[in-house]
Amino acid sequence: MIEVLAPGPYASVQDLGRPGYAHLGVPRSGAADAPSLRLANRLVGNAETLAGIELTLGRARLRFLDAAWVALAGAPLAGADMGAPFRVPAGGELRLGAPVWGLRTYLAVRGGIAVEPVLGSRSTDSLSGLGPEPLRAGALLPVGPPEGEISVDLAPPPPPRAAVLRVLPGPRDDWFVPEAPAELCGRPYTVTPDSNRVGVRLRGPGLARAKEGELPSEGMVAGAVQVPPSGQPIVFLADHPPTGGYPVIAVVREADLPVVAQLRPGDEVRFTARPAI
Amino acid sequence: MIRTAGEHGLLVETGSLELSHRLDAALRARRPEGVVEIVPGPETVLVVAPGADRGRLRARLEEAVLRERDRAAAGADDDRPVVTIPVVYDGADLDSVAELAGISVAEVVARHCGRELVVGWLGFAPGFAYLTGLDPVLELPRLDTPRTSVPAGSVAVAGPYSAVYPAASPGGWRLIGRTAMRVWDVAGDPPALFRPGMRVRFEAA
Repeated sequence: MIEVLAPGPYASVQDLGRPGYAHLGVPRSGAADAPSLRLANRLVGNAETLAGIELTLGRARLRFLDAAWVALAGAPLAGADMGAPFRVPAGGELRLGAPVWGLRTYLAVRGGIAVEPVLGSRSTDSLSGLGPEPLRAGALLPVGPPEGEISVDLAPPPPPRAAVLRVLPGPRDDWFVPEAPAELCGRPYTVTPDSNRVGVRLRGPGLARAKEGELPSEGMVAGAVQVPPSGQPIVFLADHPPTGGYPVIAVVREADLPVVAQLRPGDEVRFTARPAI
Repeated sequence: MIRTAGEHGLLVETGSLELSHRLDAALRARRPEGVVEIVPGPETVLVVAPGADRGRLRARLEEAVLRERDRAAAGADDDRPVVTIPVVYDGADLDSVAELAGISVAEVVARHCGRELVVGWLGFAPGFAYLTGLDPVLELPRLDTPRTSVPAGSVAVAGPYSAVYPAASPGGWRLIGRTAMRVWDVAGDPPALFRPGMRVRFEAA
């Protein structure tokens, strides 16, 4: 059992989400930076699908009622052992600092966080409210039985990547003026403070529409660059609504979604439609 | 036309809700390899298939659209399930709906029960279905000021749609009644009562 003494600015339990229910109005949810959760799980010998804790801007304090192997991955926290498993003794308290760069840090514990799954997932879905509540001081998190072997010793955190997001045009690029894709991939955008697990809201060059009227609601994917009437794009993250009515000018490549998930308010980000090198 | 929606998504343009439903049903009955999501909308079906051979999937979808279009044109079978929802018509907006529609409360009830609706698609919240085919007399705009909380089971209308609120949530639709029938249950399989294409009848309880 883990006792949450302080969750930091925002923290939630996340696994790889609940795929397969979008047609019933259920967001996929799951870790916003899924490769970092997978890595943290591997470091403690867990299956990649087990649930861990997603910290936003770090600064959590956790008490481990039982001894446990723990690993951290994602945004590197000042003074923490990133990318290598370490042992927390029974009764031990883990005090985590703020990230040096990035936004979201993943804590995996050997055995996984074993809260009750909802529709096959332990993820907190901030949009629909499915899954456990976001972490609060005093919350108790059960830990599952350990399985598998701890086999990876060290995976140093990657250096921060320049925030250049590769996109594939469409599906609704034809709803915009011909110059819009060049605008999107021209000057940088700034991440605004109202960004969250649903999407990263950007401020920068406006994207003008060629078509008036309303797009009938249609299915949305993670990484979709949706453009509301303001012309300021939103990049969808894990808790994005499964359907939406604003046209999507382009979609960020899956490999760059972790970069999106690590953007902080105030960060600059660029888009490029050039193919990957 | 099939549009690209990122590396793993294909957005099939069907042009009509009926064809969206037919394609959705056909793909669910024989799910192409690697497909994890099939999301029908009023004029599209989104198919998400990470790791699938996109060329093959695209060809398969093109073929399926043509086949279902032919079947629709031939008026092929309507074997979609029907569900009946018992409603107590005592919603907070029932009187104002009658007034705005220029009819009596009894006629609002009669018109809401008088037609078979079809689940168009789900969105807004888990289990929240946009029910299409509402009597046009009941077509009214959403409330100017949405309520901060609408109880689960509320039966409502807005624009050309009716809906049953699956859980308590904020909402701007006009409430005409309530049902004791659960339309959303996370322990259920499937968790949602309404699925795209299903036919729905309301009945005064």
